[in-house]
Amino acid sequence: MTGPAGTGGPLLEVRGLTAHHGQLCALDNVSLRVMPGDVYAIIGANGAGKSTLMRTIAGLHRPTEGSVLLDGTDVTGLRAERRLAAGIALVPEGRRLFPSLTVEENLLVGASFARKGPWTMDRVYELFTWMRDRRGQKAAQLSGGEQQAVALGRALVANPRVLLLDELSLGLAPVIVRRIYAMLPELLQVGVTVLLVEQDVSQALHVATHIHCLLEGRTTLEGSPEGLTPERIEGAYFGLASPAGQASGQGREPA
Amino acid sequence: MTWVNTIIQGVLLGGLYALFACGLSLLFGVMKVINLAHGDLAVVAAYVALGVITVTHVPALWSVVLVVPIFAVLGYVVQRTLIQSSLNRGPLNTLLVTFGLSIVIENALLQFLSANSHSIPGGTLVTASFNLGSQIQIAYLSLVIFVVAVAVLLGLQYFLSSSKHGRLIRAVADDPEAAQLAGADYRHVFGIAAAIAFATVALAGFAFGLYSQFDPTSGTDLLLFAFEAVVIGGLGSLWGTLAGGVILGVVQQIGAQINPQDQILAGQLVFLVVLVLLPQGITGQRRTA
Repeated sequence: MTGPAGTGGPLLEVRGLTAHHGQLCALDNVSLRVMPGDVYAIIGANGAGKSTLMRTIAGLHRPTEGSVLLDGTDVTGLRAERRLAAGIALVPEGRRLFPSLTVEENLLVGASFARKGPWTMDRVYELFTWMRDRRGQKAAQLSGGEQQAVALGRALVANPRVLLLDELSLGLAPVIVRRIYAMLPELLQVGVTVLLVEQDVSQALHVATHIHCLLEGRTTLEGSPEGLTPERIEGAYFGLASPAGQASGQGREPA
Repeated sequence: MTWVNTIIQGVLLGGLYALFACGLSLLFGVMKVINLAHGDLAVVAAYVALGVITVTHVPALWSVVLVVPIFAVLGYVVQRTLIQSSLNRGPLNTLLVTFGLSIVIENALLQFLSANSHSIPGGTLVTASFNLGSQIQIAYLSLVIFVVAVAVLLGLQYFLSSSKHGRLIRAVADDPEAAQLAGADYRHVFGIAAAIAFATVALAGFAFGLYSQFDPTSGTDLLLFAFEAVVIGGLGSLWGTLAGGVILGVVQQIGAQINPQDQILAGQLVFLVVLVLLPQGITGQRRTA
């Protein structure tokens, strides 16, 4: 069940995406190709356009230019709710659970328009064992880490082909963040492809198969983590007149 | 004994107010829309019911079967067109749009149906009553309206807490965008909520038409009573709405008992006191951001 139906192409492709918040250009001609089975990490400082990119891919934000393709099909014109049905699920920044609903109800809402697939509520309860006992609790009463787990579960029960994770670590203790990221291999096993946004670069480098750095809405660096030196990443991250040019490796730097 | 009677009548009247208020409460709770045309819609429902009865000669109660579904459809359509497009332009716009709708409805009724007052001919149901002891006389109609109001609130509560669509309505009320990410088209869910709200307002308008005389301008008072019931009870709580309606009804009856002119004033005063002392309403429900 992994990947597109034998096309060999990217599962998720973004072509020349430009997006604005009013007058402000948040994304400037960003392109990326996420292959099936990838853990594709977008890194960048505050205001680099990471969240706008995620929201645009999920359909919450209309791009000014460019397109989003899922398994070769253009989904740029689809509303967010249709994209979920197509197989793109976003775990939004700040978790955004339904606070007055219980844990179980949050998952049920997530499953309301689910695609067919391996993820069920039971499976989520197996992944996060504490959740079954506390399924009757209101989401508002959970701790940040627990809320993040429920938000992840709510996206998983929809059986997405591509899971977008926006700043999972935001506001969480490092130990919780590590625990949540430790789940990733299990997700990949059942054929979920992951595109994530992370401010914590070391965490991103640890889990990612591909790194994509944004700075003020532009791509400054991309490549596999092994091919990128810390100096180059630092340079691309902060926009320093970096030693990037002379560094070796497979990283591609767009002009 | 007179006072016991007053309170009983007040409680029963409160049922009618709660029936009016639950649609208003639902619209505000789910999409943060204060529907200023709420009362006028009830009056329109009463006129439509009267029209159905006049044309088809069916017994009064049968017209409900037609009027309530018509209003449910109307609610969905009005939400998806007028209200949604004003919501997209900011929260204040919905006030203006529903206020405009209210004026249009009122004047259209005056224009086409005259300012004469009417009531829905309910036959013996309207006039029949029974006695409890020597002093307390209970009209069947009041009792039936109260029972219907409680049944509607119970049904609504059950629907919201236990059905799939009810769950989606609550999810959308919490966070429309997150619901969208879960695959729910919140505009459609808003439409469903509006359909339910309009159905209840049609029922309330019909009950009002049986209970009392109505004319094209009755809607303003109805909106005020519904609004007071919602605020007294606490926003977002259906049981609070019932309690709010009952409190309003009892206070109005007590006011009327003291001096018939004071009926409305007494309700208003209690509303203001609650607003000052318990701005969250008596049920003190969650703050709506």
